[in-house]
This record gives sequence, C-alpha cells and structure tokens, in this order.
Amino acid sequence: MTTEKMHFEYPVEGGNFSKAGYPSSQVKKTLKQLNVDGNVIKRTVVALYEAEVNIVAHAYKGVIFIDIDTKKIIIKLVDEGPGIPDIKKAMEIGYSTATPEVREMGFGAGMGLSNMNNNSDKLTITSEVGKGTNVEIINYFPS
Amino acid sequence: MNKGRNRKMKVSELVVQLGLKIFGSKNGLDREINGGYTSDLLSDVMGHATAGQVWITLQTHKNVVAIASLKEIAAVILVKGYEPEADMLAQSNIEEIPVLGTTEEAFEISGKLYKLLNNG
Repeated sequence: MTTEKMHFEYPVEGGNFSKAGYPSSQVKKTLKQLNVDGNVIKRTVVALYEAEVNIVAHAYKGVIFIDIDTKKIIIKLVDEGPGIPDIKKAMEIGYSTATPEVREMGFGAGMGLSNMNNNSDKLTITSEVGKGTNVEIINYFPS
Repeated sequence: MNKGRNRKMKVSELVVQLGLKIFGSKNGLDREINGGYTSDLLSDVMGHATAGQVWITLQTHKNVVAIASLKEIAAVILVKGYEPEADMLAQSNIEEIPVLGTTEEAFEISGKLYKLLNNG
C-alpha cells in the first residue's frame, strides 16, 4: 500500500433506500485498489452495508466517516434518530423494530446487527434514546 | 438454500437450460455460476450468500442489485413471473448483473438449478 491515510464522508438520508449501498460500493473499490485482502473487503462491505441500512430504516439522517490507514479501516456511523433503548436485545437474531413497509422489502428481519457483529473485528454501539446512535466498526488488514 | 458446487457454467447457459427470461444486463451473461442461494430476506443474503451464486428471490427492487453487486452474485432470478421495478432494471444494467425471470416458484427453480449444477 502506498497511501498512508485516507478519509471519506458520506451523508445518509433516513427513509431513502434508493441510495443505500453507495458508500459500501465506494469503500469496496478503494480497498480493492489498495490490494487489501479479499476476505477483509467482503466482511467490511457486509458490516458497513448493514449499518448504513439501519440508519436508512430507523434514523432521520446520519453521516458515515471512513478512515483507512495501512493497518485498518475505521468506520463511524453517527445518526440522529430514535436511538436504541436496549442494545443487547437489538443484537438478538430475529429481534427487529422495523416497520411493515421496510420488512416487505426484505429488510428488517433482525439479522443486521448480528451480520455487523460477525463481520467486524471490533464493533462498538452507543445510543441515546431520542437523540441517536453511534456505531464504530474496525477491521484490521492482515500484515 | 442450496449450494451446488460440482459444475461451473455461465449465466448464458443457465438461461438456455432453465428457459429464463432476460430482463436486464446482457453484458453480464458471461459471468460464471458456482451455486445458488434462495432467500427473500436481504440480510440473510448479505450474511450467507457467497460470490458466484445465483440469487433466487421474489424481491423486485433496486437494493437487490446493490446487494448482489456487493456480494458478487452472478445473477438474480425473479420467481413466479415477477418483473423488476424500473430502478432495479436500470441498476442491473449499470452493475452488469443479469436480472432473469421465471414463472416457476422458488422451490421448483431452486431444485432445477441444484440438479443442473450437481448432476450436469
């Protein structure tokens, strides 16, 4: 890898599914260009996509901050939204508070957070009810 | 859910063998198939489908192609005569991921795909 540090930011609109996936697709391209291990790219893309869709499905708006250096990628997703009252409960497979409309599209099956957990080296979720949720995903590149 | 891995074929061959309709992306017909995944839950596909599989679903919106692209899915088959929404079709052509169609149900087309990939 030649580049030392890279930083990207993507705004996310709550409720607008038509744009979902753009940040993941851009991150995938960037990591490929940097010759990052394919398995790490796959995991990162799954974790980021799920986290983005959570903002679209539940929050009013948010921003995704991406920081890449030679050793890792740090993804921070900061949203203004209803927040998560019980994060432990939200992590349970099958538990979802998604609307019927969102579920009809095939989202909101209660698998997103577990996908994020399975595809991150480090996942940190903090939330304040009535204010919003912060998610941090860190994936390390094999040396 | 099935994972056939014994035989590789191109999407174009699959179209002929299973009599599928091509809705979008003729440019993607050269993609290679190594198996299949049948699901209508997007996070299930996100978490468990693998590159080169054919995704069989009744979901007809744009996010299906976005996920297919991120997961490097070879092609999407819409079941029961469902047709892609306009933005799904547009995205299919942009990402060069074929969106195909069948009048059969997911069970039937999954079974045929499995047989095709495993027995030749």
